[in-house]
Amino acid sequence: MALPNKPKGELKAVRDPQVEEREVDILIVGGGMAACGTAFEVKKWASPDTKILLCDKAAMERSGAVAQGLSAINTYVGENSADDYVRMVRNDLMGIVREDLIFDLGCHVDDSVHLFEEWGLPVWKKSADGKNMDGKKGQSVGTLKSGAKPVRTGKWQIMINGESYKRVVAEAAKLALGEENILERVFIVELLNDANNPKQIAGAVGFSVRENKVYIIKAKAMMVACGGAVNIYQPRSVGEGKGRAWYPVWNSGSTYTMALRAGAELSMMENRFTPARFKDGYGPVGAWFLLFKAKTLNGLGENFAASEAAKKELEKYAPYGTAAITPTCLRNHLMLFEMKEGRGPIIMDTVTALATLGATMDKKELKHLESEAWEDFLDMTCGQANLWCATDTEPEKKNSEVMPTEPYLLGSHSGCCGIWTSGPDYDWVPDSYKIKFNGKVYNRMTTVAGLFTAGDGVGCSGHKFSSGSHAEGRIAAKEMVKFIRDNAGFKPTIKESAKELVDMVYKPVRTYLDNAAYTTAEDINPNYIKPSGMMYRMMKNSHEYGAGTATYYQTSSKMLEVCINNLEVMREDAEKLAAGDLHELMRAWEIYHRLYTVEAHIRHIQFRKETRYPGFYYQADYMGQDDANWFCFTNSTYDKATNQWSLKKVDYVKIIP
Amino acid sequence: MPSFVIAEKCDGCKGGEKTACMYICPNDLMVLDPNAMKAYNQEPDQCWECFSCVKICPTQAIEVRGYADFVPLGSSIMPMMGTEDVMWTCKFRNGLIKRFKFPIRTTPEGTANAYKDLKGKDLDSGLLSTEEADGYQIKKPQATV
Repeated sequence: MALPNKPKGELKAVRDPQVEEREVDILIVGGGMAACGTAFEVKKWASPDTKILLCDKAAMERSGAVAQGLSAINTYVGENSADDYVRMVRNDLMGIVREDLIFDLGCHVDDSVHLFEEWGLPVWKKSADGKNMDGKKGQSVGTLKSGAKPVRTGKWQIMINGESYKRVVAEAAKLALGEENILERVFIVELLNDANNPKQIAGAVGFSVRENKVYIIKAKAMMVACGGAVNIYQPRSVGEGKGRAWYPVWNSGSTYTMALRAGAELSMMENRFTPARFKDGYGPVGAWFLLFKAKTLNGLGENFAASEAAKKELEKYAPYGTAAITPTCLRNHLMLFEMKEGRGPIIMDTVTALATLGATMDKKELKHLESEAWEDFLDMTCGQANLWCATDTEPEKKNSEVMPTEPYLLGSHSGCCGIWTSGPDYDWVPDSYKIKFNGKVYNRMTTVAGLFTAGDGVGCSGHKFSSGSHAEGRIAAKEMVKFIRDNAGFKPTIKESAKELVDMVYKPVRTYLDNAAYTTAEDINPNYIKPSGMMYRMMKNSHEYGAGTATYYQTSSKMLEVCINNLEVMREDAEKLAAGDLHELMRAWEIYHRLYTVEAHIRHIQFRKETRYPGFYYQADYMGQDDANWFCFTNSTYDKATNQWSLKKVDYVKIIP
Repeated sequence: MPSFVIAEKCDGCKGGEKTACMYICPNDLMVLDPNAMKAYNQEPDQCWECFSCVKICPTQAIEVRGYADFVPLGSSIMPMMGTEDVMWTCKFRNGLIKRFKFPIRTTPEGTANAYKDLKGKDLDSGLLSTEEADGYQIKKPQATV
């Protein structure tokens, strides 16, 4: 007799979970940098009787994109102007950005960086004689806020000793909000619109990853910031190594999917980021280019990016391509050209860079330089350091390969997909960038009243990075308090019954329990699909048809059509996802979120009939940029009642000369 | 580069109030087998190698071995967390060992200033609470189109 199937994980799921219903004024969904900013700021403005709750699917101390740490803060305006910050972001993202959001962020980001330093984040400093000091020694010259000089790599980046960056930021967030107002390991999976106004937010539903419990939470205002989307395309490593994604592997598109299913307008979802990183380990290259002044070489040993051919190619994309700093996508474009012409692999010449720097250094300084190179990895991509060890790579003696990764969707790094939000209510901000509710503008509010976002959630305004996401979360905090003050009489009402919501959230568990006994191997069952199977199916489809690495990031109108048809069938089959334990239930909902997010991405690529970001993706039927027709935002909405997507053009307004 | 638990060293955090690695893993990978009272990584191909479990383990029972699909055998990197610094030991495949020490924070744990008593004054301005307290002025673009 065959043994009965049993769920794999240690925390078995049961058919009927407990239900906990809560009612709060403000709900914060997420626990990364943006949500920590909101948690820090919100009580400074809210009246003492305001009920606030934060739900994080992980533990805040190490959740989100900064969980592992960072070796730099990429946005610190300092001696620069917010105007120049806008110009830099605009050029990197090929012209089409929300300059109001970027300028606004540039005005507030430094305040968050100053707080990080006060909380205990070690920030590198320049000594009086121009030498680099680490964050501990650098304390002797004072804080950034008091005027001490940071160690700049580029114009906007500063170096830190950031192993515990997230722990420090989360500590302040937790202390400010109070542990009693935080639910960790609770995964919010669906937002709920108000029964009396479908364009207003009224609550959210989710479940505990630690006990069989569904949470139904009513809220008057809500901030959703759960990061971007990772593992939506087949990664270059498909075995154990697929966990070594460049962006955090747990970012599952929840921000975009929950917002779009609530009716929020998305913007620029065609934009993606395919960073060029150290091959396989995905270690950062920024410090190598900027701090160590390293060059990349093609397989023939040529500095291809400085060639006449490269200059000519970049001129095609003027003014972006001819700017002092080449946009990220065009740097990839040049690299891909070499690879396709058979002049790969692309090599980071670490040996020459360190030798050049070391030529004027004494032994102690050399040792420090070596340590800086290793810290860059050990602070934020430990695995790359191990890959160097495993391949006997000492960067001063052996070069390393660089490779563009699989595509990622995000709005805070060198990408700008996300949700369409309101800008600030200043006179220099065009009316078309303001979203109002009952006649009042709420900064960073989405097109759904009461629903706010920050960080990777806010579209059209990349290059926020960790510090900008934190500042943006703080901006949203204050605006939410304003929203609940102005709408004090609002009583959120949820249309769905508790039973309906539990049925929805626990559907994968019931599908599993109803069918698992039918076969002897629980992963092979004709009546359901496990999340891991669905993940491979989704990644294969986007990889092959949606401009993944399989085709050097190229797609076509016909391929996009196939891609979307497959995704529609996948979303139908997603109704048969099965989960035997709580971990698998989390995976089921993550893949559900990823499916919608990747479909939004593909539909946007299909809508925009040009190739705006060469190097990130190519639409073979519409190569090149078409400013006459496409110098505009592309926005989309989804109607969950009818399963209809609608896309439209939205005017770009230039604000900063 | 999935984390793994050394059976002899793991005691399931039986003396503590929570299983440390299970508490911290950002991707919910570390779980406790309650019968063996040992933790394990339940989904190694979703491990981001963030070392959060390695760093928090009170008995140094967790290490990481390189991803099977591209990392040669024989190397290791191990952090030793202090209150102010982290000490890394990096062992090469060829036996070379390098050690690096980096600061991690400049204040005692638990003392981050949350400005708990700070109350904002003007809810309708664009200023954040600490900016308002500092007398910061909201900037306008130097010029507009």
